[in-house]
Amino acid sequence: MANLKPDEIKVILATDCGSTTTKAILIEFKDGEYRLTTRGEAPTTVESPIEDVTKGVLNAVTELSELSGRKLLDENERIITPANGNVGTDIYISTSSAGGGLQMMVAGVVRKMTAESAERAALGAGAIVMDVIASNDKRLPHQQIERIRHLRPDMILLAGGIDGGAMTHVVELAELIAAADPRPRLGSSYLLPVIYAGNNAAQEAITATLGKKVDLKITPNLRPVLERENLLPAREEIHNLFLEHVMAQAPGYKKLMDWTDAPIMPTPGAVGNIIKTIADINDIEAVGVDIGGATTDIFSVFRPDGKEGVFNRTVSANLGMSYSISNVFAESSMKNVLRWMAFKMDERDLRNRVKNKMIRPTTIPQSMEELIFEQAIAREALRLAFVQHKNFATQLKGVQQQRTIADAFKQEGSGKTLVNMMTLNMLIGSGGVLSHAPRRNQAASMIIDSFQPEGITRLAVDSIFMMPQLGVLAEVHPKAATEVFDKDCLVHLGTCVALVGEIKKSGMDVMNYSLNLPDGTKVSGTLKHGDMKLIKLGLDENDQPLTARATLEPIRGLDVGAGPGNKMETALPGGVVGIILDGRGRPLIISEDEETRVSDLRRWIDELEIYPEGAVTHSYALAEDVAAG
Amino acid sequence: MALAYAPGLTVTEEHLVRKRRILPLKGDVVVKVGQKVSPDDVVARTDLPGPIESLNVANRMGLPPEDLEGAMLKKVGEQISEGDIVAETRTLWIFKTTCTAPVSGTIESISSVTGQMLIRGAPQPVEVKAYLNGVVTDVFENEGVEVTTWGGFLQGIFGVGGETHGELKLAVSSRDDNLTEECITPDMRGKIIVGGALVTAEGINAARRQGVAGIVTGGLDDHDLRDLLGYDLGVAITGSEDIGITLVITEGFGEIHMAERSFELLKSLEGKRACINGATQIRAGVIRPEVVIPSDGDVYAVSEKTDYVQGGMDVGSALRVIRHPYFGRIGKVVSLPSALTELDSGSHARVVEIQFDDDNLKAVVPRANVELIES
Repeated sequence: MANLKPDEIKVILATDCGSTTTKAILIEFKDGEYRLTTRGEAPTTVESPIEDVTKGVLNAVTELSELSGRKLLDENERIITPANGNVGTDIYISTSSAGGGLQMMVAGVVRKMTAESAERAALGAGAIVMDVIASNDKRLPHQQIERIRHLRPDMILLAGGIDGGAMTHVVELAELIAAADPRPRLGSSYLLPVIYAGNNAAQEAITATLGKKVDLKITPNLRPVLERENLLPAREEIHNLFLEHVMAQAPGYKKLMDWTDAPIMPTPGAVGNIIKTIADINDIEAVGVDIGGATTDIFSVFRPDGKEGVFNRTVSANLGMSYSISNVFAESSMKNVLRWMAFKMDERDLRNRVKNKMIRPTTIPQSMEELIFEQAIAREALRLAFVQHKNFATQLKGVQQQRTIADAFKQEGSGKTLVNMMTLNMLIGSGGVLSHAPRRNQAASMIIDSFQPEGITRLAVDSIFMMPQLGVLAEVHPKAATEVFDKDCLVHLGTCVALVGEIKKSGMDVMNYSLNLPDGTKVSGTLKHGDMKLIKLGLDENDQPLTARATLEPIRGLDVGAGPGNKMETALPGGVVGIILDGRGRPLIISEDEETRVSDLRRWIDELEIYPEGAVTHSYALAEDVAAG
Repeated sequence: MALAYAPGLTVTEEHLVRKRRILPLKGDVVVKVGQKVSPDDVVARTDLPGPIESLNVANRMGLPPEDLEGAMLKKVGEQISEGDIVAETRTLWIFKTTCTAPVSGTIESISSVTGQMLIRGAPQPVEVKAYLNGVVTDVFENEGVEVTTWGGFLQGIFGVGGETHGELKLAVSSRDDNLTEECITPDMRGKIIVGGALVTAEGINAARRQGVAGIVTGGLDDHDLRDLLGYDLGVAITGSEDIGITLVITEGFGEIHMAERSFELLKSLEGKRACINGATQIRAGVIRPEVVIPSDGDVYAVSEKTDYVQGGMDVGSALRVIRHPYFGRIGKVVSLPSALTELDSGSHARVVEIQFDDDNLKAVVPRANVELIES
């Protein structure tokens, strides 16, 4: 990028080096706006026999070149910069999760306080947290030492104590780390980086304990006082060390770092970046999910005080759709997966199918029956990952609350979850099972069933999983990143309107609705408990959602966002699916009675047009045949 | 364009197998390049640092940590035995307070900040064995060696249990036969036995009772795997299970016949020593379980012939389907349409048209759902 000003940047090349595929996108400034013009991909090449990540990058860029007609590489296989006519790019940027991404261990004094803040800092930087060691984690010192020695992380983040407070415990943790003599995962020629972001009064003692055994970096305390976190300095140090050590050790990355015009970011860090940017620019609360083969990442921005957004990220390390598919079963149970299926399947056969997917993770569902089964598993993976996220994305724990008389009747301590589904504005899904679902209605249904949005929530999916590239682009060119995010990355599915509150009688009327669509049509009716209703309202000529004016009148005790029983007049954006009215109540309870459950599922499938007509009945018949031998 | 299909697992009667046998920490290599080794020969050894025991001496003595140094009778680096007095204070020359060592070991550190003393126990010796019958072809100073052998080689799809070895013995007569309790006989003790299709839970348990070293077979029921391990396997990272037997599954979960080529290879090598490892890791850096049957070939003479190039999929290529609804069926490529094709699931994918060998039925299958069978 050398000397280009942002408005001089007209062509952007971005790659994401994933653990299996390297994805390249080309963004060009055309007709006064930045748009995605081409994408290409190639297998990632960090493992033998090639062991050079740049080969995969060159292959992906070559495909991009062929598809776009823009020459991007010179005779020496170097990326041509800056752009000139139909040759070259103005900037090149990249993210990476190849080679296992960034793997960290964190340590803090109190598990629910400083250790959790340290965990938040590491996750926010895009790391996989392998373990959290805390003085009160109930493990004996020798067990903690064994664990530290065994794990071999890329780096350790150590925190503990408020500035100027007691330092005994944090120094004790440092002593354990020193005794473990930990070694880095990659390479043996350098000392393991350890970031100390704890009590500033203990810095000298920490240096004396660890200084000679590890590559010690000291940053300001990430929890200088109990009431406040200061995660940024630690996150920045993590990024620096990621580039200096982890990336530099991975095959070919030194070369790749030399090619890029901005530091390479860990993929999840970049996704978090774009979600945070979008939430801040639009002043909304947003949740993003990326469900992969091995892990499920959830990102959220909530505004508990109505102003500043609080960002959180969680990684559910063993919830995914291929490598970890079997673990979804183990954690959720067969019963919970099967409750999403409107036909019976033989349990023994299902167990074998799940394991076969685990050992051959690149296979895809060929039949409708297999697709329905995978989407049932996805609902459970997403649900479990979101439970973990809600438990982690909390107000700071250990903070003394000032209570009024009114608060005395609320049994709330510190550490309440920040996740408020009623105030959430947007849910964004990405990852193969959501982005590549054959029908967008399937993605919408999976998101609603697993996240259970409340009130009015917009739904979207990432069309081709370009959020990582846009995340790093947001660092160097926010305008281009947000324009492409709005126009090419997001596929607007529509809006979910869900009622919250206790519903006493099945089948009772729960809400009257009336919608004025942009073409002058009026849609009105009464939603019954347990029903779903799809009102089709698509996109305009610029692929932006059309909007309906809606009047929503829930019955007494039920809330759609304006308070229990209160009428609401609002604008409801559509999308490729439309507006979905969900009268099933929250929390969503699936009937234990087999006949009712199957009948409910089939009614929802038909109303939301989730699967083609007759597909479920056909799969049911097939399953019956199998069961009958 | 990425390979849109699984390249298939290696099954060959002639393969050069190179194994790195590396210590977890630096230590001593005890063999030389060119030396012949057997599976149980030790090739390298080291001492792992002993376990750490912590003791807050200051707390025990009721002292502020900064005063601990004056009370310590032992210093960092000193050997101590369980019960030794490590610190002592006297009050008014009469009242004595002492602190004794809870374990034997060496004092690793004494902290005047925390008052904690760390004691390191005796080192734990670790040995790395050769695993294969072969020749040491490389030595990595203080780290380990490379052992190379030439012989039959078969990769499984999934396994449990670690490295073991034994004489190869067929327990069934056909690749279609299930390996049941009735197939297990007393003469199989210490051997690697070969099944055909499914191995039943009763079959595995009978083999364990008889002291069979390992089982190589086509399929396994996940239900039985759960019973065998005692838990539901969530992620396919295996090899360290302590179940008294090593299992190598060649095809997958369920009742699936072992591929003809695999079964015939194992049959032809019956009576020879097989070295097997159930370790599986299905993540980036895939590790598949394996069966190695070393022969007496000269590894230096054959090493040039082993650069094996994987061919692509073409009309006539032999394939196996690796997912429902045609899971396990074998056939040949009839055509490879280049355009994306809509599947029954509604997804669009690149497909291959196959004609199955057994009934000549033709079917269209996603390329992601087939693997090549090398001829």
